[in-house]
Amino acid sequence: MKMITAIIKPFKLDDVRQAVADIGIQGITVTEVKGFGRQRGHTELYRGAEYVVDFLPKAKIELAVDDAVADQVVEAIANTARTGKIGDGKIFVSEISEAIRIRTGETGAEAV
Amino acid sequence: MDDLTTVAGQVTELAYALDTFYFLVCGALVMWMAAGFTMLEAGLVRAKNTAEILTKNVGLYAIACIMYMLVGYSIMYPGDFEGGVFQSLANIGVLGSDDNDAAAAIAGDAYYSNLSDFFFQVVFVATAMSIVSGAVAERMKLWSFFAFAVVLTGFIYPVQGFWKWGGGFLNEMGFLDFAGSGVVHLCGAAAALAGVLLLGARKGKYGSKGQINAIPGCNLPLAALGTLILWLGWFGFNGGSELKVSDVGEANAVALVFVNTNMAAAGGLVFALLLSRFWFGKADLTMALNGALAGLVAITAEPLTPTPLVATMIGAIGGLLVVGSIVALDKLKIDDPVGAISVHGVVGIWGLLAVSFTNNGGNFWGQLGTQVIGMITIFAWVFIASFIVWYLLKKTVGIRVSEEEEYEGVDISECGLEAYPEFTSAE
Repeated sequence: MKMITAIIKPFKLDDVRQAVADIGIQGITVTEVKGFGRQRGHTELYRGAEYVVDFLPKAKIELAVDDAVADQVVEAIANTARTGKIGDGKIFVSEISEAIRIRTGETGAEAV
Repeated sequence: MDDLTTVAGQVTELAYALDTFYFLVCGALVMWMAAGFTMLEAGLVRAKNTAEILTKNVGLYAIACIMYMLVGYSIMYPGDFEGGVFQSLANIGVLGSDDNDAAAAIAGDAYYSNLSDFFFQVVFVATAMSIVSGAVAERMKLWSFFAFAVVLTGFIYPVQGFWKWGGGFLNEMGFLDFAGSGVVHLCGAAAALAGVLLLGARKGKYGSKGQINAIPGCNLPLAALGTLILWLGWFGFNGGSELKVSDVGEANAVALVFVNTNMAAAGGLVFALLLSRFWFGKADLTMALNGALAGLVAITAEPLTPTPLVATMIGAIGGLLVVGSIVALDKLKIDDPVGAISVHGVVGIWGLLAVSFTNNGGNFWGQLGTQVIGMITIFAWVFIASFIVWYLLKKTVGIRVSEEEEYEGVDISECGLEAYPEFTSAE
């Protein structure tokens, strides 16, 4: 099993959700996050005083998936979240040693 | 013939009732300005200081009412009480006064209830004190602020109020201040400035290398609502200060005051918004809000003699001044989170001076000189008296919360609660 964690532009969230649902993924966790990468921040003015927005809002999505579909999911996320402009985000893939569905006690691929 | 006399008496009594009613409704509108200040300030501070600024605003309003009843009113209007100030102090303020009877109304000795006058005046004191709370927001100790409120509303404000509206020397020398650009707004701003100078800036507002950091407010919908409530309340503030509505001349005057008050706010808002757009590159809502209030403060000293177009221009200049003043005070490292000193102080001064253009009895420079003397008198008295009180508070109980409390937010340290609690459980 793989844990796929993607940081994407918030306005792309709906498209990405649709794209992974089309592959048959049944669950996804979303968090509103802030951070910076190469895009860095920008400055704004409030009442004439400058302030730096160091951390830009992003959406973080997390999906636990079976190894068989992991590549397909990564590709779907990358294709839908891409605008070609700086700040599109990143996708991280990691191993999961175990997964348990709390209600039924199912484990492994059955649980994701 | 007797019938005619009776009818004439009834008409006079009706006029008395109408003027009293008008006074009370205007007073209620001014009371509602407390809601405006409360919302404006709650919107322009950070979320962690919201509950405390709300407590401060409702608390200062109630304190102002009680102190003005006990001592303030009798200091400000000693002529209304037999035997002057000290006699009335013995009677505990307005509690010892009688109201008018029908005979006095018919004889023309009085045209509104004495207590309606008290009610109208008491909400003005609260307005002056509200101005202070925004400027010292996010870092002052709650109870030190309340202690200052007792002195300002019971003593400092009434003394200068007596000099003008109570028939004192500023009134006798021809100083004009219709509804209080000076007596109310400059007064509040001078007290606020003294407090801010002794209090210091919020932590993080000014960097070690001289940079000025913005600390954006947490809730701009509340700030906008507060401004519109103040705008509404100002019709009572200026309109009620005409003091009478019960004949054609007075009714027309009241209508003109309403129109001019509204136009000045509109002018102030538009020009503050335009200036911030051209200066900063974007339409800064908070500057537009301050601009509307600046227009209102600017017209308050004389809303009756300008034409609506001139009133718009007086307000517009107020709107331009307030934006410049907010930026300038920041450069001087005078930290005023809501812009109260700029709106009420700098523009209050402009309002007092602007009187000379439209109401000068044919002597512009003479009136301007009188206005300057009045302005300096009010500022000097309130600033020095307030500075002494703030200083004594600072040396005894302290006026500033600790650095850690400031970081955590004064909601927790002063009130023990949060405006927007999260992760609480009933256990």
